Amino acid sequence: MATMTLLKAINNALDQQLNNDKSVVLYGEDAGFEGGVFRVTAGLQKTHGKDRVFDTPISEAGIIGTAIGMASNGMRPVTEIQFSGFMFPGFNQMAVHMARMRNRSRGKYNLPIVVRMPYGGGVRALEHHSESLETLFAHIPGLKLVIPSTPYDAKGLMTAAIKDNDPVIYFEPKKIYRAFKQEVPEEEYEVEIGKARTVQEGSDITVVSWGAMLHETMKAIKELGDDISVELIDLRTIAPMDSDAVVESVKKTGRLLVVHEAVKTLGIGSELISRVNEGAFFHLEAQPTRLTSPDITVPLPKGERHHIVDAPRIKQEIEKVAYFE
Amino acid sequence: MLFDQYDPLKGEMFTVLDKDGKVVNKDYEPSIDDETLVHMYKTMQLARIADIKALQYQRQGRMLTFAPVQGQEASQVGPMAATEQKDWLVPAFREAAAMLYKGATLYQNYLYWYGNELGSQYDEGVNIMPVNVPIGSQINHAAGVAHAAKIKGTDEVAITYIGDGGTSNGEFHEGVNWGGVYDLPMVTIIQNNQYAISTPRSQATRAKTLAQKAHAYGIPGIQVDGNDALAMYAATSEAVKRARNGEGPTLIEAVTYRMGPHTTSDDPTIYRSEEEVNEWREKDPLTRFYKYLANRKLWNKEKDDALQEELKKFVADTFKQVENAPHPTLDEVFDYTYETLPEDLKRQKEAIRAYQEQQESGGDE
Repeated sequence: MATMTLLKAINNALDQQLNNDKSVVLYGEDAGFEGGVFRVTAGLQKTHGKDRVFDTPISEAGIIGTAIGMASNGMRPVTEIQFSGFMFPGFNQMAVHMARMRNRSRGKYNLPIVVRMPYGGGVRALEHHSESLETLFAHIPGLKLVIPSTPYDAKGLMTAAIKDNDPVIYFEPKKIYRAFKQEVPEEEYEVEIGKARTVQEGSDITVVSWGAMLHETMKAIKELGDDISVELIDLRTIAPMDSDAVVESVKKTGRLLVVHEAVKTLGIGSELISRVNEGAFFHLEAQPTRLTSPDITVPLPKGERHHIVDAPRIKQEIEKVAYFE
Repeated sequence: MLFDQYDPLKGEMFTVLDKDGKVVNKDYEPSIDDETLVHMYKTMQLARIADIKALQYQRQGRMLTFAPVQGQEASQVGPMAATEQKDWLVPAFREAAAMLYKGATLYQNYLYWYGNELGSQYDEGVNIMPVNVPIGSQINHAAGVAHAAKIKGTDEVAITYIGDGGTSNGEFHEGVNWGGVYDLPMVTIIQNNQYAISTPRSQATRAKTLAQKAHAYGIPGIQVDGNDALAMYAATSEAVKRARNGEGPTLIEAVTYRMGPHTTSDDPTIYRSEEEVNEWREKDPLTRFYKYLANRKLWNKEKDDALQEELKKFVADTFKQVENAPHPTLDEVFDYTYETLPEDLKRQKEAIRAYQEQQESGGDE
């Protein structure tokens, strides 16, 4: 065991997989020599060489498009989009090709590609550096999307993503890259993609969150003390969504609150609430509820507080749903 | 070297055969064995006849929308004949002739356009990427295929196709640039067939030629008579040799003409004149190549008549097979979404199956 930040845990997983599997390559804008703008890939080029860990032109369609070609020709590329807000030129490749190649070729070509991208706000960044765009990926059949909230999951999900024979989008919650450390095994392990994690068990209400927002939610729950027994679920895979875990939990608690950083309309909260309606309707004791950012453009830093969901508000909302009669 | 001899900026276009099939450029006449020459011709004829027949089937309501290849056979078969089995073909969507030469079967080609994904499941060892519909996006795939070859240290080359219209798309730039940056074994062939659906080549770019775009990426570019199978062979052969030797990518502009519509849904009489079409008919790539083979005593009218009969029958039989092929099952359309179906997707599939079975049994109890 070693203690690692979430950032270090990702680096550790990448290093290990580059070491264990010669078909793994890693690339992106500034991802090679300097180790990325957040230094997630620091040291990897030095260890694994410039052929396998390299910088690319500013070319998001090129990064994803070439990964499709590489994977078709036997490689397992791990690509980096510098910020999720800049993924759009590469989104075409992800939506129209990466998600479909297995189906299009009836299994002749499958694409073991990982697309890493830092996402989320609250870091006083420039425009386009703070979005939570998970819905856009979750809506596309053929893609998987994971979001770790702990160093342990960050390493396990990255290892699983690299070994997966389908394309996996890997969102990195940049706000908590270095926020805390956790014991992480040094040996290889996987966290299964498609499985939620019950952070704590409870009987009064089910609260679902993921990524950096999970930690705000945990703060809120701590503030609640013993008044309300919260079952907290870290969704951690957005697609394919482990809604069964949520449905089973709501059958027990009768109440649901989804908390997410992404904007409201057609956010992941909508989907979870639909599935809980379908799967646990007769168990419900309050209307399933979501607490999200509003449907506005993420404000520049001086106005960002109006946009972000924080712990006191989460606490209020949990109380509202838990005490609803 | 060939690419130094023809400067696209000076309007120099590389040709080997004139329209009567006479060699006008002896220095660059490629030495191709007789068997390969005949195979090239046969494949061009197969593509042509399959195209004409498919058009008839489509008009009869038996075939769906497809993109005819007629007129562009030389710019596809010439390059493919200059590759090896291990090399990759990364097509756009009008490359039926290239695909046939590279190892896709006519059955597969027809099946795809007939509306069945199984048509893109090429045989083991046939390195063809599936038909690529979104314009320009395949260039980056070819760069990736070539990049993998370079990292693995194999000497595979990726050959990709794009149209004149596709060169206006941003992905053309990203893909060709990528190839240059990493010195990849990659050959990009622009089939300048003069139109992007209805939009003429002059509206695609201010540049005088498409080949000259290579200069901006620091790679060789050449304009080739795309209706001249030998010139296309010679240019591609040179480009493939460079690629295999680690000398990097090449851009080839094949100047050709789409004799048919963009797809069967298009009416080209709206945007181009009969005179123009007739002018290009004079430069028909098959006629030229036939005359060359005849001059070399490799082919004659008798053989040609027999071939036409044989191919017509083969094409008709193949299409019948396609019409009789089973349609995709419920399992097939679901099961290739992921390697392993997620639970909820399994439930979605079973819900449809239950509904279909209920409909088929005629009951709704």
